[in-house]
Amino acid sequence: MTSTLTPVRKRSALTKGQLPKFAPYVVLVLALVVGAAIMAVVGFNAFGWGIVSAILFTAGLVGWSAAVEGGRKAKDKLATCLVVGSFLVALLPLISVILTVLINGLPGLLDPGFLSTSMNGVTGAFDNKSVEQGAPVMGGIYHALVGTIQITLLATVISVPVGLLTAVYLVEYGEDRPLARAITFFVDVMTGIPSIVAGLFAAAFFFAVVGPGTKTGAVAAVALSVLMIPVVVRSSEEMLKIVPNELREAAYALGVRKWRTILKVVIPTAISGIASGVTLAIARVIGETAPILVTAGFATSINTNVFSGWMASLPTFIYTQILNPTSPSNPDPSSQRAWGAALVLIILVMLLNLGARLIARIFAPKTGR
Amino acid sequence: MSKRIDVKDLNVYYGKFLAVEDVNINIEAKSVTAFIGPSGCGKSTFLRTLNRMHEVIPGARVEGEVLLDGDNLYGPGVDPVTVRSQIGMVFQRPNPFPTMSIRDNVLAGVKLNNQKISKGEADALVERSLQGANLWNEVKDRLAKPGSGLSGGQQQRLCIARAIAVEPQVILMDEPCSALDPISTLAIEDLINDLKDQYTVVIVTHNMQQAARVSDRTAFFNIAGTGKPGKLIEVGDTHTIFSNPTQKATEDYVSGRFG
Repeated sequence: MTSTLTPVRKRSALTKGQLPKFAPYVVLVLALVVGAAIMAVVGFNAFGWGIVSAILFTAGLVGWSAAVEGGRKAKDKLATCLVVGSFLVALLPLISVILTVLINGLPGLLDPGFLSTSMNGVTGAFDNKSVEQGAPVMGGIYHALVGTIQITLLATVISVPVGLLTAVYLVEYGEDRPLARAITFFVDVMTGIPSIVAGLFAAAFFFAVVGPGTKTGAVAAVALSVLMIPVVVRSSEEMLKIVPNELREAAYALGVRKWRTILKVVIPTAISGIASGVTLAIARVIGETAPILVTAGFATSINTNVFSGWMASLPTFIYTQILNPTSPSNPDPSSQRAWGAALVLIILVMLLNLGARLIARIFAPKTGR
Repeated sequence: MSKRIDVKDLNVYYGKFLAVEDVNINIEAKSVTAFIGPSGCGKSTFLRTLNRMHEVIPGARVEGEVLLDGDNLYGPGVDPVTVRSQIGMVFQRPNPFPTMSIRDNVLAGVKLNNQKISKGEADALVERSLQGANLWNEVKDRLAKPGSGLSGGQQQRLCIARAIAVEPQVILMDEPCSALDPISTLAIEDLINDLKDQYTVVIVTHNMQQAARVSDRTAFFNIAGTGKPGKLIEVGDTHTIFSNPTQKATEDYVSGRFG
């Protein structure tokens, strides 16, 4: 009769010829052990061990799979190994950078007053004292933090309206006209402008308009916005393009004017993408060094006025601390401050990215019942 | 609150391509007129010229006259925005605004035009429009929820509510049921029947039974072949068109011999 009385459950014919679930782990352990053995023979180092183990793992798993499961599954395993391997290779430098900055930057960041004092009055004598007598490292990045935030904010204020309106023109009014095509072309060209050229442009522009030697935060902001505008245009354009035409038509059919349709229907629908695009553009320029160096100079004291006087920023602070340590004989405190500033910069960029995700989520069109 | 439309010698072009040729038709007020015909014969294109929505498509233009109670839509100085506020449109696929609640979707025509409206008036308008679209009972408890959370049929009725909230003279419907199931289709057809008491309704449909069920008059469009312009073959009472058409092509089409 039927097999309801059969006590032994035989393996399903549909799952025949498969590797057991634990197979990759077994191969991984074996690969690590054999890899360690090979490295012990030729001289051990962690990097080599990782590479040898990865190759052994791939070869072992694919070979085993080919023997048991056949060619198709083996090819699948090979592709999986290659994909995961490339992912790890891509991830490695990122983790390495974050770890290095974290390890080197934390002592500087944890220094009392690092975020709340400037380098005003901090001379080489203090640094010598801290190295020779173990006194705490003086000085901080407050002035650079203020400078970075103000310059970037001003650059954003300049770039977002220009960039967004350009994108609106391209998507809603351009219709492949010669002007629209020219704008698209020049935006593409602008994306590739080296940042130092943008800095030189802004410096030369202000020299010509305001007067020679004009170096202020505002000049730096103009330089940064030259770099930012193409990014904002491109990302906003893409976001506006994916707003379905049906929504525009629905608004037109209600007798809504075109500019109101754009303002109240198209942009709100795309706002989450635009906002995250803008945030990413900010993250892109916040770490620029060269254009700020030639436009805002560098300062050691606090300057909260973007329109007058030289201004410090985090990247230029790092640059000067490493290149011209406050105390040439004892550069360690300076490099500690530079690493601390680098850590703050990375944290700022990370916060901006988190902010972009948050903004995207808040503004995203709501679904649900 | 409804006007008639008279179309005289209308040609529609996409760039140099003549898409619809020489249409003459009278659309009676407070009636339902259905446009039927094979795909690509210019029904939807022609429908869009009735409220100048074809202008959204680059290169589209018309020659001829469309008279709304005697006023030419294409006369000099006529603002397409004014035209569209009098002649509303419902599209093939439901397209409620995703960023707005159900209530705001209904009020979209008012709010997007920045007209001032008190909360009481707005509430009354929302209820009246949703009642008019047979949707009130289903959504009255969740007016603040997003419109995109409704089912397809409900979304389409929301779009109809949105269209009648601006109190147009004429409502154009471009295959409003083609994306809907039979039950939702029935709800929309019932609604069309109610709407003709107040509005002039023009509906494009691929479903001949639907045309026979809802319309008072039917217009049959046909196309001689690809690359040729679409033409209005015959227009008349729905009953006549389906039982005793004068043209051979109409008879072939409605009896299912082609198309």
